[in-house]
Amino acid sequence: MASNGSSSERQRVAQHRLRIIAGHLQKDEDREATRIAAHACKAKATDTDEAITRRVPRKRQEVMKWNGWGYSDSRFLFNKKGEAEFTGKRYRLSGLILPSLKDWFEGTFGASLQYKTPATTNLNTSAVPPPFLNEAFVQDLKATEIPFSLEAEDRVFRSHGHCLHEIFALRDGKFGRAPDMVVWPNCHDDVVKIVELACQHDVCLIPYGGGTSVSSALECPPEETRSVISLDTSQMNRILWIDEKNLTARIEAGIIGQDLERLLNKSGYCTGHEPDSMEFSSLGGWVATRASGMKKNIYGNIEDLVVQVKMVTPRGVIEKSCLGPRTSTGPDVHHFILGSEGTLGVVTEVTMKIRPLPEYQKYGSVVFPNFEQGVACLREVAKHRCAPASIRLMDNEQFHFGHALKPQVSSIFTSFLDGLKKFYITKFKGFDPHRLCVATLLFEGDRERVLQHEKQVYDIASKFGGLAAGEDNGQRGYMLTFVIAYLRDLGMDYSVIGESFETSVPWDRVLDLCRNVKERIVRECKERGVQFSPLSTCRVTQTYDAGACVYFYFAFNYRGLGDPIHVYEQVEHAAREEILANGGSLSHHHGVGKLRKPWMRDAVSGVGMGMLRAVKEYVDPKNIFGNRNLL
Amino acid sequence: MASKALYSQRDPALKKRDDFEDVLEERRNSSDLRYALRCYTPVLYKGMTPCKASMLKTIVLQSEQLHYVVNQVSKETGEAMDIIQEEAAGILEEMAHRLQLSTIRFFAFTLSKAFKALFQGVRVNEEGIQRLQQAIQEYPVVLLPSHRSYIDFLIMSYILYTYDLALPVIAAGMDFLGMKFIGEMLRMSGAFFIRRSFGGDKLYWAVFSEYVKTMLRNGYAPIEFFLEGTRSRTCKSLTPKLGLLNIVMEPFFKGEVFDVSLVPISISYERILEETLYARELLGVPKPKESTSGLLKARRILSEDYGSIHVYFGHPVSVRTLAQGRINRSHYNLIPRHIPRRPSEETQSFVNDTAYRLVRQQEENMVLRPWVLIATVLLQNLDGLDSALLTEQVAWLRDVARSFGAFLDWPDHEPLSKVVSSSLALHHGLVCVAGGRVTLAQETQELSSPEEALFNRAVTVLSVASYRNQILHVFVRPALVAVAMQAAATTRKDDVYGFFSFIRNVFSNEFILCPGAAVQDFEEACYLLMKCGAVQILKQDIAVTDRGQPVLSFLNGMLEPFLQGYQMVCRYFCEEASEGVSERQYVPAVRSFAAKCILSDSLKCYEALSSDLQKNALAALLRMNALKKVKVADQVTLKVNKMAVQTLEDTLGGKVPVQKPVLARL
Repeated sequence: MASNGSSSERQRVAQHRLRIIAGHLQKDEDREATRIAAHACKAKATDTDEAITRRVPRKRQEVMKWNGWGYSDSRFLFNKKGEAEFTGKRYRLSGLILPSLKDWFEGTFGASLQYKTPATTNLNTSAVPPPFLNEAFVQDLKATEIPFSLEAEDRVFRSHGHCLHEIFALRDGKFGRAPDMVVWPNCHDDVVKIVELACQHDVCLIPYGGGTSVSSALECPPEETRSVISLDTSQMNRILWIDEKNLTARIEAGIIGQDLERLLNKSGYCTGHEPDSMEFSSLGGWVATRASGMKKNIYGNIEDLVVQVKMVTPRGVIEKSCLGPRTSTGPDVHHFILGSEGTLGVVTEVTMKIRPLPEYQKYGSVVFPNFEQGVACLREVAKHRCAPASIRLMDNEQFHFGHALKPQVSSIFTSFLDGLKKFYITKFKGFDPHRLCVATLLFEGDRERVLQHEKQVYDIASKFGGLAAGEDNGQRGYMLTFVIAYLRDLGMDYSVIGESFETSVPWDRVLDLCRNVKERIVRECKERGVQFSPLSTCRVTQTYDAGACVYFYFAFNYRGLGDPIHVYEQVEHAAREEILANGGSLSHHHGVGKLRKPWMRDAVSGVGMGMLRAVKEYVDPKNIFGNRNLL
Repeated sequence: MASKALYSQRDPALKKRDDFEDVLEERRNSSDLRYALRCYTPVLYKGMTPCKASMLKTIVLQSEQLHYVVNQVSKETGEAMDIIQEEAAGILEEMAHRLQLSTIRFFAFTLSKAFKALFQGVRVNEEGIQRLQQAIQEYPVVLLPSHRSYIDFLIMSYILYTYDLALPVIAAGMDFLGMKFIGEMLRMSGAFFIRRSFGGDKLYWAVFSEYVKTMLRNGYAPIEFFLEGTRSRTCKSLTPKLGLLNIVMEPFFKGEVFDVSLVPISISYERILEETLYARELLGVPKPKESTSGLLKARRILSEDYGSIHVYFGHPVSVRTLAQGRINRSHYNLIPRHIPRRPSEETQSFVNDTAYRLVRQQEENMVLRPWVLIATVLLQNLDGLDSALLTEQVAWLRDVARSFGAFLDWPDHEPLSKVVSSSLALHHGLVCVAGGRVTLAQETQELSSPEEALFNRAVTVLSVASYRNQILHVFVRPALVAVAMQAAATTRKDDVYGFFSFIRNVFSNEFILCPGAAVQDFEEACYLLMKCGAVQILKQDIAVTDRGQPVLSFLNGMLEPFLQGYQMVCRYFCEEASEGVSERQYVPAVRSFAAKCILSDSLKCYEALSSDLQKNALAALLRMNALKKVKVADQVTLKVNKMAVQTLEDTLGGKVPVQKPVLARL
C-alpha cells in the first residue's frame, strides 16, 4: 500500500505513528494503548524538535552514565520502602513501582538490601593516567580544525565497552589504559584526513561508535606503546539522501539506531534494523560487528540490509562502484568490512535498504507447558518460514524474571484478571508454573496480513500445547530487553554481577545446548566457591532455516568471594567452551573482540586465520587500526 | 601420559572406606510380606521424561538413528524398508525388558526367604547408597557391578528396592532366555537381553544401542551392566568389555546429556554359590545350560551356609570430569548426530582407560574375608601345613595385606585361631583338618584312575585358587617387581624395570594392568615394597632388606603358578604343536598336555590345567607375535614361531635375560 510512495499517505502513517508514541510518552490515559508500537518500549526523545538531529553530544557523560548503562536520569533503585522503582521519564517503566522485583531479586540471588556495594559516584580525574601524545600528530590535527579533546572524562568514557569487568572496574574507580585523545570527525573527508595523519605519524586509531561493545573490543591493548586516538564517529550522523524509487538511503555511519529510525520515520520509512542496543549503538558499529536486529525475519540482518559501504583504510578508501542489488564479482569485499571490528578501517557511509513504515504492529505471546514444546514450535514456525517479525522463546526462569518486572496494577479488576489467567493456565490447563515458558511475538505489516499471519502462528503453537497469553505479556517481554542492562547496574549495587552472551546453533541441538550450558554455569559456580546459586537462563531469540540464536543471561551473588570478576570470567569461559562443544558458534552477533579471540582459530581454521591476516597485512601493514580485535 | 591422572600416588592403605549395614537383619525381624508390599517411592532423575516400557519401544523404533540404519540396510540388501523395520521391531521385542513393580515385589518376597536361608548377611555400605541416591537425581546413572555369580543382579535389584532407590534395567545375556519361565520373570524385573555376539549385524547393533541410549537420555532408569561381560570363573577381574561402556558414554560425547555418572560396585562373596561348578568348567566340563529345572535342582544349595555378601557402592565417577581435556566433543559438530560413526581413536583409548579404571575401583572395594588369606597360604603349601603355623602365617599375611591397602573384613575382636577355624569350617568342602594339620580336601576313592584323581585334585586346587585370586589385585604389582628382581641380572633399577615391563606385558591378559601405565605400576609397586620395609629404593638400585626376604618370596610364590602355567603353554607349542594347531583344538590339546606333564611329575602346578590361564597365555603369545592366526578355509590355525616361543619360555624360566627396553622415564 505505502510502497507506491504517495507522499500524503506516508505523511498520514507517520503522523499516526507519532501520535501513538506521544500517547505513550504521556503514559496514556486513552485506551489506544492496545495498539502499542515497538518503540514504545524504548527511551523516547524528550524533545520533539525536529531541528535537533545531534542526539549524541560530544560530551556524552553529560547525559549518560560514565560507569553504568544508559542515561544518567534512568536507573533502578530500591526506595525507602524497599520497593523497586525506575527513575526518569524516558521509558514506559519510568516512574513506576515494581512491587515484585524485590522478592524476586532476593529470592533468586540470596541478595539482601542491607548489603550494599555502591559505585564510586564521581570520576576521579587525577586517577586517570595523563595522555601520552604524539606532538607532531597533535600539531597537524590542529591544523585540520577537527575537534578533539584530551580531557580525562572524555578519554575514560571511550576506554571501555559494557563487559562486566569493564563496568565493574569503573564502579570501583579503577582505570586501565585509556585512549590518549578523542577526535570527532564531522564527515567522511575528516576521517580521511585523520587516517592519513595517523599513518604519517604512526599513531594507533580505535574507532568508537556507540560504545555498546560486549567483547572487550574497545579496550586499548595494554601492550600498545604508541599514542592511542579514539575516533568518535558520533558527529557523522546525517541521512545524506533517501532514494524512494530504489528504497535505499545513504547514511553516515556514526548515526545511532534510535535517531536513524526516528529520522526515517518522519519520511515514512524505516530500516527495520533493531538490535537490542539500538538506543545507543551506531550504524558503523553494526557493520563492523555483523549486528543482528530483532526484526530480521522481515528486514534481514545487517549484511542483508547493506547495499554499499564506504570505509577509510590506511591503504585508502574502499567501496563498490555501483548499487546493484547483487553482484558476482569474486568474493564479496563487503564481507571483509562486515565483522572487521575496527581492525581495518573506519566505516564512514553506508547505503542501506529502507522500507515503508508498516501500517500495523501487534504484540502477542504464547505460553507453552515446557521449554521443549516451545522450541519444537519455533522450529515448526521456521520450517514453514512463517516467523513473525520477531519471535522469542524465554525459558521458565526468564518468564519469572519478566513477571518480576510487572508494574503495580492500577485496579483491582486488572489484578483479578491476572489471577484468573494464572488460575486458568496452571490449574485448568495443568501447566506447571516451574516448567512453563513463554514465547513473545511481534507481527508487522498491513492489518489484514498481520491478523492472518497471527492466526497461522497461533495455530502452529496450539499443536505444541501453546496457549495464547495476550499482547501485554508479549510487550513486557520486549521491554525486558531494553531495561536488562539497567537492571545489571541495580544488581551491582547489591553484590550481584551478571552478563549476557549468545550463540547460534543448529535446530537439533538447541535443547541440548541450552540445558548443558545452563547446567555448566551452575556447576562451575559451585566448584568455584560461589555461595549462592546463580541465575542461569536463556531464550531463543532468532529463528533461521537451519538453526536458531540463543541468548543466555548469567548472574550471581558474589558475597564472600575474593575476586568475583575472576570467578565470573572463569565461568563465562567454561560456558563458552560448553557452547562450542555442543555445536554452537563462537558468536551470533556480539562479535569476537578480544574476549573471544582465544577460540578464533578453532572457529575458522588455521587457513581461515591466514586469509584474514593476509587482508589485515595488506590493508593496514603498520597496524594503525591497532585495537587488536579478532586476530 | 594419558592415564597418569587416573591413578593418584597416594597411600592405598590410608584409603577411607565406609562401614557396612546388614540388610537382612531387618528381614529377620519383620514380615517379608509387608516388606514386599510396602510403599515404594524412589527419588528420580530430575530431567526424567516419564514414560512406560512400551512407549520406550515406540521411541526407539521411530528414532532417526534407527531409521538411518534401516534405510542403509535396505539399500545394501535390496530388501524393502518396512521389512527391515519389522525385523528391527522383532529384535527389540526379543530384547526389551518389561519392568513392572509387581514382579519386583514377588522377588523381594522370595529373595528375602532365599537370602536368609543362604547367607549370614548381605552387608551394604549405606554411605554409598546415599551417594547413589544423590547421583540418581542429578544425572543418568550407570551401575557397574562386578560379576562373580548369577545372583549378582538379583542382589543389586534387591538392595535398590530395599533402599527405595530407582530400579535398574539390566543388560543380560540371551542365554537366560533359555530358562522359559525364569527368563520372563527376569524380563519383568528389568532385565533386557542381548545376544552374546552380533559382530557384523548393523541392524542389531543399531536397535540395541539406541534402546540403551534412549533409556539413558530419558533417564528412564539406572542402566546396569557388567563391565567384565561375563561371570569371572576365576574370581579375578576380567579384562573389561568396551561395547556397552561406549554406548552409555556416547550421549555425553554428543551433548545429549550433561553428564553420566558411572558407579562401580563391588560384590564380594564369602563363599560363591557356583564355586566347584566354575572349577569344573575351567577343567573342561561344559557349563550346564541355563534351565529352569537345573535351577530347581540347585535347590539343595539352600541348605548350605554361604557366609555373607558384601556390596560396596563406590563413588560415582563423572564421565564429564574424566573426559575433561581428553575428548574434544566438538568432533561431533559437523555431522548429524543420528548418523552412526566409529568412535575415534581418541575416544576408544579414553573409553578403554575408563573401563580399566572402573574395574580397578571394583577390585579395590572388594571385601576380603580371612578365608582368602588362608587360601593364599594353603596354595603355597599344597602338601598342607600345621594349623598353628597356618595361623601364624595368616596373621603375618594379614599385616602385609593391610599395609598394601587391602580391604580386609577381619573380626578383630575374635582370637586368631578362632577366625581361622571358623573360616575353615565354612569351607569344609575344600579343606580338611586332621591331626592338627590342614590340607586341601582330597577324595579318598582308592579305585579312581590317576586321571580321575588328578581331576578331583585340580577341582579343589582351582576352587581354592578362586579365593586366592580375590586378593591378587592387592599383590600383583609388587609381585611382578619381586619376580623381576629375582630374574634381573643386577639390582639396578632399570634392569628390574626392564624385566618388570616385560613380564607385565606377558601377563596383561591375566591381571588388570592398565595399558600404557607400566611406569605408574612400577612406581606404585616400589612404593608399597618400600613402605612395608621389604626393599630400599636407592638412587640407582633396589636393595632387598633382611625383613624383605619373606615378603619377596611370598610374592614370588603368588605368581609362581602363572609363570609355570605360561611356560607349560610355551612348551606345548614347542614340543607338541610346533607344526601348528587349529584354534578350536587348542584348549583340549594343551589341557591334556598339561595333565601329562603333571602325571609325569615334570609339572607341579595344577592351575596350569585351567582353561582361563591357557586362553590368556594364548592371547599373550598372539599379542607378542610368537603365534600367528592363519585362516585356511573355515578353520583358524595357530602358526608357531618356534624361536620366539622358546625365547619366551626361557625368559619366563629365568634362563635368558630380557632384552633391555631402555626407558628414559626412569
